[in-house]
Amino acid sequence: MPETDAHHGAHYGAHYKAPGVAGYSDVPLAEKERLFEQVKGDIRFSDYLYGCYECGICVAVCPSARFYDFSPRRIAQAAAREDAELIYQQMQEDIWECSQCFSCLRCPRGNNPGGIITIMREVAVNNGLASAKEALGGYSRIIYKIMSTGTQVSPDMLQPDAFPDWGPETADVSVNLDLWRRALPPETMHTTNTGWQVADSTLIELYLIWLHTGVLDMISDVDPGLHAILRELMEERLEEEGIEP
Amino acid sequence: MTIPIEALKRKKEHFERGEDRRALEDPRAELLALEEQGELVVQKIDREAVTVGTKYGREKRIQKAHLWHHKSCGQCGHIPGYSTSIFWVMRKLGYDYHDPQDQTSCTAWNYYASATSNSAAQAAVAVRNFAAANESGYFPLIHCGTSYGHYKEVREELIRHPDLRAEVRGIMAKLGKPLVLPEEIVHYSEWFHALRDEIAARQVRDMSGIVATVHPACHYYKLVEGDAIYDPDIYGGQRTAVVTGLAQTLGAEVRSYSTWFDCCGFGFRHILVQRDFTRSFATLRKIEVMKEEADPDVVLTHDTGCVTTLDKSQFAAQAHDRNVGVAVMSEAQFAALAMGAHPYRVCQLHWHSADYRPLLEKMGIDWQQAWAEFQADLKRLESGEKRYLDWDDVDG
Repeated sequence: MPETDAHHGAHYGAHYKAPGVAGYSDVPLAEKERLFEQVKGDIRFSDYLYGCYECGICVAVCPSARFYDFSPRRIAQAAAREDAELIYQQMQEDIWECSQCFSCLRCPRGNNPGGIITIMREVAVNNGLASAKEALGGYSRIIYKIMSTGTQVSPDMLQPDAFPDWGPETADVSVNLDLWRRALPPETMHTTNTGWQVADSTLIELYLIWLHTGVLDMISDVDPGLHAILRELMEERLEEEGIEP
Repeated sequence: MTIPIEALKRKKEHFERGEDRRALEDPRAELLALEEQGELVVQKIDREAVTVGTKYGREKRIQKAHLWHHKSCGQCGHIPGYSTSIFWVMRKLGYDYHDPQDQTSCTAWNYYASATSNSAAQAAVAVRNFAAANESGYFPLIHCGTSYGHYKEVREELIRHPDLRAEVRGIMAKLGKPLVLPEEIVHYSEWFHALRDEIAARQVRDMSGIVATVHPACHYYKLVEGDAIYDPDIYGGQRTAVVTGLAQTLGAEVRSYSTWFDCCGFGFRHILVQRDFTRSFATLRKIEVMKEEADPDVVLTHDTGCVTTLDKSQFAAQAHDRNVGVAVMSEAQFAALAMGAHPYRVCQLHWHSADYRPLLEKMGIDWQQAWAEFQADLKRLESGEKRYLDWDDVDG
């Protein structure tokens, strides 16, 4: 057992996994408190949390609670208690299981556990936590697509090896992609690598948004390779347009 | 120590019940007040509109024509007949629109999946699109339920937080655009609901023998819930009226089922990288329950992710002998079919996975003939006779 586990051993009771077992490193309490301060410092935090009746309605309507060891009620309670230890554990173990459906907004107290999780995820990404790296592993292609093209999913993603569980129709789409796209009556939708034709000037504006809001740099810790590729792509494109990033 | 006694004591000492900052009662009024103060620009409804009721009684106006179509990346990319049907129905009713290239995705699918963004960026993306609509003079109509829900969240955040407004205004200034929000944020399913009688008046196919179940999309009516359309005549006003109201007006029988409130299982990141969850939830909690309790011919829904999830998740479940096998489509495609749309040229059902052919047969559509017609279209493209099909081709 790592030294830090022994140091905090009293915390790993009935519902705690020792971080070494869970696949991430423990950190000093001060670091957990620093991370929680970032969660709490988000402008939306006070809009999302009002206290908890412990009624469990959020759990009853939560799809992820049916399939995982996951509870939106524990998220709201930990945030309300300002329990930095538990919040750190949730940031490493729980938050990526949330479906972000926001069924938990049924909370009679007006809490938004899904929204708190959105903030916790942002903090996990910003700080390069192990859970964020794991969750985004295999997801790079999507981030590249949305940041570079302005559309999230594209027709050419429908490859049978990517979606073998979606049936033979996916292979049909893949084989006939160019022809079937040209058969679509809206002239903006003949594209295969984006959902629709996005104007070049629009993309430039989107790149400026990513750069000015710090979004591009968010991924520098979790995916340095992708960060470098996207930065080069955007800066080159802006330079071509004579725009100072 | 599983109970954090010290943290609880600290919380008890410091707990103060703050201001209730749940959803705004009248965001439109808040926007207009901010416009008065010079904080932002509000794009107004400037054409004929239909007034509908929302969950808590606020009246919302839905502009009928001259609309700026904020397309959905998932619809355009993976279920293009969804978008095409929206356009086709609008054209058939004679309402003009603009299908812009000056539009990005709302980027909310990625945000809810990966959190690789932040509130300022999400707001800036939304406002950039709204500014583009405002420049065009067309009023925005949002195709995707997640875009619609997320844009309502963004609107709430911009109204509540002056610092965020200032930041986004600064970013927009760099793009040479003002901070613009529309007077109402309108989902396409609201337009279909508001115009359901006009749609039914153009109906050419009888839907009275069709049994439908409706999956209401979470991001339509759970996110900023007060904006969703409710009608006391539909479910007694206890569920959103969109989709169901249209299907009933077209003569279909809409049957209820016990898990109607459950999400579809999309999960945002799960549908892309953790689909075991998505498939399980979609089939066990939605499709199988619908089949057992309502035995529908078709599942109707009104969001990108829901159509994708409920349609695509059924294939793998067949290998486990699950009780699946029902057509899934948007109510826009259903309405288009009712109005006589071609199942392939317009509704593009060949992009769907669950078997829709028994439904078409029940509607009296000869799908084999329709498929042969579509294949003939494709031959024209392959031969070079035409590079693209256009709107003149689809009703040929």
